[in-house]
Amino acid sequence: MTDIEQPHSPMATTGSSVAGGTTPGPTDDASRLAAERAAGGSIIEVSFSVNGTHHAHTVEARRTLSDVIRHECGLTGTHIGCEHGVCGACTVLVDGAPSRSCLMFATQATGAEITTSEGLSGPDGTPHPIQQAMMDAHGFQCAFCAPGFLMSTLALLEDDPDPSEEAIREELSGNICRCTGYQSIVEGVQRAVDVRRTPTGASGSSALGTSARTSGSAS
Amino acid sequence: MKPPPFTYHRPNRLGEALALLAEHGDDAKVLAGGQSLVPLMALRMGRPAHVVDIGAIDGLDSIDVATSGDDAGAVTIGAMVRHEQAKRSPTIAEHAPLIAETMPYVAHRAIRSQGTVVGSIAHADPAAEMPAVVLATGATMIATSAADGEREIAATDFFQGYLDTALRSDEILTAVRFPAWPSNAAGVTVEEARRHGDYALVGLVVKIELDGDTVTDAALAFFGAASTAIRVGAAEAALVGSHATADAVDVTARIVAAELDPPADIHGSTAYRKHLAGVLTRRALTRALRVDDQADHPIGAPV
Repeated sequence: MTDIEQPHSPMATTGSSVAGGTTPGPTDDASRLAAERAAGGSIIEVSFSVNGTHHAHTVEARRTLSDVIRHECGLTGTHIGCEHGVCGACTVLVDGAPSRSCLMFATQATGAEITTSEGLSGPDGTPHPIQQAMMDAHGFQCAFCAPGFLMSTLALLEDDPDPSEEAIREELSGNICRCTGYQSIVEGVQRAVDVRRTPTGASGSSALGTSARTSGSAS
Repeated sequence: MKPPPFTYHRPNRLGEALALLAEHGDDAKVLAGGQSLVPLMALRMGRPAHVVDIGAIDGLDSIDVATSGDDAGAVTIGAMVRHEQAKRSPTIAEHAPLIAETMPYVAHRAIRSQGTVVGSIAHADPAAEMPAVVLATGATMIATSAADGEREIAATDFFQGYLDTALRSDEILTAVRFPAWPSNAAGVTVEEARRHGDYALVGLVVKIELDGDTVTDAALAFFGAASTAIRVGAAEAALVGSHATADAVDVTARIVAAELDPPADIHGSTAYRKHLAGVLTRRALTRALRVDDQADHPIGAPV
C-alpha cells in the first residue's frame, strides 16, 4: 500500500530506464514525461476543479482520472481497487454524475467539476451526514471501499431522497465490499435517509442536498 | 494495469476526426465514453498508437425523432449520447421503449454516466445488451468516413464476430437509427448476471408483433450466448403464426435451448447457458404474450 501512495514510484513510470536493475527509475516529472515521449506517448495539459479547487497538470495522455486525482492532486481519498471498472472504489462525481475515475482518461474530465470523498466533510472536518450515518451504522469494516460507496450514495440520495431498500441495493450494486456482506452499508444509507427526514437531526432537512463542496472561488 | 502510451487527438470537428482516422487507420481507436476502451487498454488487450477522442465534437449527443417521411417515428441516437442520458430521456421512453426497457440492465450507474449507447454497439461485446436491441429492432448503423461520407449498415450485416463489426478503420459510427416502434408490438428484456449490472451470463431482447392474440412477427435476440449478439431464426419462425399460449412459449423455449450453442467460460458451461437461454425465453415470452396475468406487463403492448 505505501508504495502506491508515493507520487512517483517506479511502478508509475514507463519503465524504460529501470531495465538496468541497479539504476533507479525516473524520480521527477521531467524525466518521467521524457520517457513517455520516447515511448510515443502524448503529454497534455489537463484542468478541472476538484472539490471546488482548480487543478491544472501536465501529464501523460494515458493518465487515468483516478491517477491524476491521487498523484497530481494529492487526494488519496479516492481509492483504486481493480482498475478496470468492476469494484467501484474509485467512484467520484464528475459534474454531479457518479463515474469510475479509473475508466476515464483525465483529459476526458477537462473543465469538469469533480467531487471526491474529501469534498464530503465540512471545512472544519465535520463529517457529511452520509459519513456520520455510515459511522453510526458501523457500515464499513476496513473501509477501503468506503469512498466509492459514499460517492455512489451521495448521487443516489440526490436523485431519490427516500429510496426503497431494493433501490439502495440496486444503485449500490456497482460497488464491491469484501468485509461486511453489505447489510450494514444498506443500513447506513437508510440511517442517512432517516436523518434527513428528522428535523431534529444535527444537520437539518437539507443536510443531504448538494452540501458536498462542488464549487469554489477558483473554479 | 495502466494503459500503454498513445498519441492523443481531441479534434473539435467531425471532419478533423475523420481525417485522423483516414491517416492512421488500423493504428487508431475512437474514444467516446471510454468504458470499454479504457479497461481494454489497461488490460493491454488493446494498444492503439493513436486515440481519437470525439468528446469535444459538438452535435454528437442528440436524440432525435423523425417527424415525417418513411422514417417517421424513428429514433436516431448520436455517438456521444451516454447510457444514463438515454435511460432518462422522455423521447426514448416514448418512441424507443425497448431501449428504455433494456437500460436498467446496462452496467451500473457510474458506468452509464460515461459510457455511450453507440459506443457499446460499435464495441460489439457479445454479452452486452445494446447489440441485441439493435438486432431485435432492426436498427440501422450510420457510419461516417472522410472517403465516403455517410454509409448505412443494416443490423443483420453489422455484427461479424467477437468484438468485430462491419465498421472500417477509417469510419466512425456517428449514429444509430432505431425504426419506429409499431403500435402492435410488445417488447421485453430479461437477463441473468452474476451481479446485477455485470455482463450477462445470458440475456434476451424480445420484440413481437401481434394481431389480436396471433403473433405476426417475432425477434428473439440473445446476448452472452454466442460470439456475437444472435437471433434464433428457427424459434422466431415457430412463434410466428402461433397464438399467445403457454404451449407456444414452451415450444419456442425448447427450440432456443436446442439451437443455441453458447461458449463456456469460468462463469458458466455451455450446458448451463443453453438451459438458461430456454428459461429466459419462457420468462420473456410469458410477459410479452401476456400468457400469465400475474406477470409484469411488457412494454408497448396493446391493452
